[in-house]
Amino acid sequence: MSTLAQRLRFGPRLRFGLQLFVTLAACVFLVAPVLMSILAGVTRNYFIGIRSGLTLQWLAQVWELYRQTIYLSLQVALTCVAVTLVIGVPAAYVLAKSRSRLTRLVEELLVLPIAVPGLATGLALILTYGGLREFRASWLFILVGHVLFTLPFMVRSVLAVMTTIDLNTLEEGAASLGASFRQRLFGVIVPNVRSGILAGALMVVTLSIGEFNITWMLHTPLTQTIPVGLADTYASMRLEIGSAYTIVFFVMIIPLLIAMQMISGRRRPARIVETADAGAARE
Amino acid sequence: MPAPPGNSAVSIRLDGCGKTFADGTRALEPLTLDVRAGETIVFLGPSGCGKTTTLRLIAGLEAPDAGGHVWFGGEDVTALPIEKRNVGMVFQSYALFPNMSVAENIAYGLKVRRVATPMRAARVSEMLSLMHLNEFASRRIDQLSGGQRQRVALARALIVKPRVLLLDEPLTALDAKLRESLRIEIDRLLRELEITTVYVTHDQAEAMSLGDRIVVMERGRVAQIGTPQEIYYHPANRFVADFIGTMNRLHGTVRGGHLEVAGGRVPCDAPDGEAAELGFRPEDARVVEAEASGDLAGTVAAVFFLGDRTRVIVEGAADGLIVVESSGRRPFTKGDEVRIALRRETLLRLK
Repeated sequence: MSTLAQRLRFGPRLRFGLQLFVTLAACVFLVAPVLMSILAGVTRNYFIGIRSGLTLQWLAQVWELYRQTIYLSLQVALTCVAVTLVIGVPAAYVLAKSRSRLTRLVEELLVLPIAVPGLATGLALILTYGGLREFRASWLFILVGHVLFTLPFMVRSVLAVMTTIDLNTLEEGAASLGASFRQRLFGVIVPNVRSGILAGALMVVTLSIGEFNITWMLHTPLTQTIPVGLADTYASMRLEIGSAYTIVFFVMIIPLLIAMQMISGRRRPARIVETADAGAARE
Repeated sequence: MPAPPGNSAVSIRLDGCGKTFADGTRALEPLTLDVRAGETIVFLGPSGCGKTTTLRLIAGLEAPDAGGHVWFGGEDVTALPIEKRNVGMVFQSYALFPNMSVAENIAYGLKVRRVATPMRAARVSEMLSLMHLNEFASRRIDQLSGGQRQRVALARALIVKPRVLLLDEPLTALDAKLRESLRIEIDRLLRELEITTVYVTHDQAEAMSLGDRIVVMERGRVAQIGTPQEIYYHPANRFVADFIGTMNRLHGTVRGGHLEVAGGRVPCDAPDGEAAELGFRPEDARVVEAEASGDLAGTVAAVFFLGDRTRVIVEGAADGLIVVESSGRRPFTKGDEVRIALRRETLLRLK
């Protein structure tokens, strides 16, 4: 018995080794599919395997066949950021300023498109606006879905920063010095919530580029975004093409994710340097 | 010393200014008050007494209920928002702009007024030296100590030569020692600038040392307006007496021109049989030897040696504890029998 107990009491080194092993195993488990997918995208024939040789022909084919989806995705994502900025920042401002029951309700309602399955949102949009032919067939229809879905992320991101900086007092401070609303907005409010706006914008671009559920419902054969195109290739093309398409997607989305990580890392809490108060008092 | 920023002091008049918030809370009962040009008036009271609301009404951050008017000199400013009132305001949390350096913060008021850059720079360096901030000009706000931030906030408010300076608990966020030294600095500054100042605090020591007049407030009403001396020596009611300094209370029934309490008899000018309350300050009483003829007798409950004086807490003399101060070197111990002699002319009838 005692020998078993001794054996079970791991030394710190052994424990570290175990933790490292578990972590690495988890990483491999999660990263392997990504690598496999990338590999499949550049393999001449996936069923023969790497022996068949590496090639960029699949990527070229994707570019040939699905270039439009990339353009459209970028177009939708950038317009979506512009729209969410124009609607979301003022909305966050109003929510931060007014703590009434109505604004609380609006804040909750904003989140609904995230909670409700995208397919349902898409269906609701089609039921309501599907009759407007021109609109239904244009990319703007997809844009509406994306704005609905991404707006809460923009609002939340900006609102979070606004509540930590005590927006009301800052604005009152600026007003007491004679600043008009415009001067307060561009001189004090926006510069101080810049990190929230930036983080929100990146989040919106990323989500918009990756959005599938709503877009799937709203797209037409002429308005396909990358994720919809991906589904299309998986369903009807060679596996290699689908995988090559995935590579294109990664190339677009990973820099955005890294940028987002860097911004959230830079948003440091206000730090108070310990310049002795006693020293200040002596002066 | 650079030229003082504000030399055309203006008077303030609140005319029937009440404030009811949207949820129906009455923050301030209609108040009429005149602040003389160049005067420093302190609003003093516990939290929720309406003092900050009053300040915000003067600032233009809140509008008074219908019928109320705010005047700056001969101008009715009731309808003007804060940015058009030309006031200087220091907030409890300072409200400094984290996206700007010390110098940029101070320059902000001139920048929004579109003052030319050379003029602005000159005024900023003037304010920096007035507030002893020269070496911090390019620092970020989060690199400053509390005391330095406070002085940046003052400099930023004063640079625009405001008609009125408004200070909302400016020292509350600081530790006691720093508070003391900044209080002296603010006092010097206000005397020098002769600017009309409204100062809000819950700290009676601040109020007493800075205010030309003090407005003591209680639950949205003015409890008393007066000079620090008037308020200390002649508190209008029990609330003021208790809020400012320490007030000993004797509660009992009047018999034969004397108020009878547990520890003795004290002269009191009231009809026989009436329940009355008298108050006196610790410094208006003396501890005398037990054999001598004091007014009250009691037992020492606690002793606090403060260096220059000893604070003695006496029980058994009245319903509650009585605080007296002794400046002699006589040692006291808990349980000592003592007698307290009162300076009878200082006894206050509390209402």
